[in-house]
This record gives sequence, structure tokens and C-alpha cells, in this order.
Amino acid sequence: MAIVLDILSWAAIAGGLFFMVVGAIGVLRMPDVYTRLHAAGMTDTMGAGLILIGLTFQAGPTLVAVRLMLVWAFLLFTNPISTHALARAALSGGVEPFRVDMEGDKP
Amino acid sequence: MFVAAAAGIILSMVLALLRALLGPTVYDRVLALNMFGTKTVLLIAVLGFLSGRPDFLDLAIAYALINFIGTIAVLKLFEVGDLGRASDPTGGSA
Amino acid sequence: MVRAFGLGAMLFGVWLLLSGHYTPLLLGFGVGSSILVVMIAMRMDVVDHEGVPLYLVPRVLAYIPWLLLEILRANISVARIILHPALPISPIMVHFQASQKTDVGRAIYANSITLTPGTITTGVEGSELEIHALTWADIDGREEDEMDRRVTRLEQGI
Repeated sequence: MAIVLDILSWAAIAGGLFFMVVGAIGVLRMPDVYTRLHAAGMTDTMGAGLILIGLTFQAGPTLVAVRLMLVWAFLLFTNPISTHALARAALSGGVEPFRVDMEGDKP
Repeated sequence: MFVAAAAGIILSMVLALLRALLGPTVYDRVLALNMFGTKTVLLIAVLGFLSGRPDFLDLAIAYALINFIGTIAVLKLFEVGDLGRASDPTGGSA
Repeated sequence: MVRAFGLGAMLFGVWLLLSGHYTPLLLGFGVGSSILVVMIAMRMDVVDHEGVPLYLVPRVLAYIPWLLLEILRANISVARIILHPALPISPIMVHFQASQKTDVGRAIYANSITLTPGTITTGVEGSELEIHALTWADIDGREEDEMDRRVTRLEQGI
């Protein structure tokens, strides 16, 4: 049983690290603030979530597990708000959204 | 194994710092700092497990909240130019 | 009054989970600080149906698993875009009509949209949401319509 939990927790942590590093790469590759926000949102939700779930499996049914889930709940509540605030501040600061010209693909 | 997790988090923190250095607008830097803060929260949690002291999690919770308030405060300073005033009630989009 | 008690009970519950020390003195401190926070909240006049939406708690708990699944799917598609060598993005701004009646419902809908990677709410005016999407496929309407329906159901308690 312990070994199953171990495997599950390390799989979750590895997945979280994957999403986190991919999100960081995305923040480097994307062309403007708004598209970078999408990549950053990815690290905040899935990266953080999977790592914290993995740590919860390691902690077992204790108060520590509850605290880890509270950390995740705080992150899930606060991150969309800061993302939204950042997008609105950038819009009112006059940063033009990056656009790709495509042939007749838009309505 | 916790060492590997901490190393992965530090790697992505370095990438976020790179974006903060590259800019180009101030909003990119705030975004990178916000990401850096989230990763710091995770690093504190992993370090707590690494050193066998899960009490570190209280610091992680406090850091998550301070990171959020700090980001909002900096953005409000840019948008309104004053931390004491409320923003334009009509939405403030120029 | 029910709301004030509910808020106090929730605050004390969080305090119990975070503290881990259950001696009479520390429990007393917990009760005292919860009551203090409730008093400050009542002085700030935020203990109303919007500030303490107790009736929403069970419904939000039922909504979260679906949202997490949706977030997972969106994450995988955004990760695929980022790792694609050509970076196939076509950012677009669209306007949406939200069908929620209350501000709480709209806030839940807007935050859910922002939480799923690939779409960000950049502005809310009345019931109209302004959304920035990473690709055209992210905003073709299927997930958003489903989310809209679920949040409206959550708000009305059907």
C-alpha cells in the first residue's frame, strides 16, 4: 500500500514539474503580455496543484495534508484575480494585444 | 527525490527571472514576479518536507497571501498612480 | 445573524485546522480572534448575501470537480501549443454574454474562465464579458457554454 502511494505521489509531482517547466518555457516563448498570461496561468493551476497533491500523498492523513490543500485553495482563489488585474492594467496601460494575420479564419 | 522536485522548481524560477530581466514592458516583469512568488510558495512546501519539518507550510500559506496582495498593490499603483484612492468606478479603461 | 454565526464558524474551523494545538488557552484565543474578525466584518458592512454566500457553499463544492477536470484538459492543450516548434497561436479578443443574474454568479463565471488556461477575462461590463483567448479553438463556445449553464444552475440552485 505504501509503495502504491509513493508511486502515485511521485507521478503527481513529476507531472506538476512538467507543467511548471513548460509554463515557464511558454512565458519565455510567447510574443506579448496577454499570451504570456495564459502560460503563467498554467503553472499556477496545474503545476502547483499536482505538486501539492503529490506532497499530500506523502504527508498521509494528517493536518499537514489539510494545510497543503489550503495552500492550493488560496492559490486557486487568488490567481485568477491577479491575472485579471494584470490583464486590465496592461489594457488600460495601452499595451496592444499581439495579433496573427490569418486568412478568413475569423468571424 | 524531494531534491529533484526542488531542483525542478528552481529551474522554472530561473526561467521566470529571465522573463523578468527581459521585460520588455513593466507588466511582463510583474507577471514574472507573480509566477516567481507562486513557485516560492511551492519551494517552501517542498523544503519543509525535505528537512522533515512540515511546519514550514504555515510560511507557505502566509507567502501565498502576501504574494497576492503585493501583486495587486503594485498593479494598482501603476493603474491609478495612488494606493490610497479607489480606481475609476466606470471601469477605468482608457 | 445567521450569516455572522456562519462566518464565525468557518473562521474558527480554519483556525482549528491551521493551529494543531488544542489547549483551553489557545482555543480561547481562536474563539476571541474569530469573534473580533466577525465584528470588524460587520462594522465594514460586508456580512450580506454577497459577502458571505453561505447558501452557495455546497453547490460550489459540487461544481469544483467538474472545473478541475476542465482545467486539466485546457492545460494539456496549452502545453501542446507551447511545446509545438511553430507556436501555433492566434490570439483573439471576443465579447460574451453571461446569463447569470447576480454579481456573485458573474464573478464565479469570470474567474472560472480565467482559471482555465487559454482564456482570460479582461473586462466585465454589466453582463458582458470581454475575453482574451490564446487560439480560436479555445473560444469556439462549447466549453464556455457548458460552463455558463453550470454556473447559472449553481447560482439558482436548481
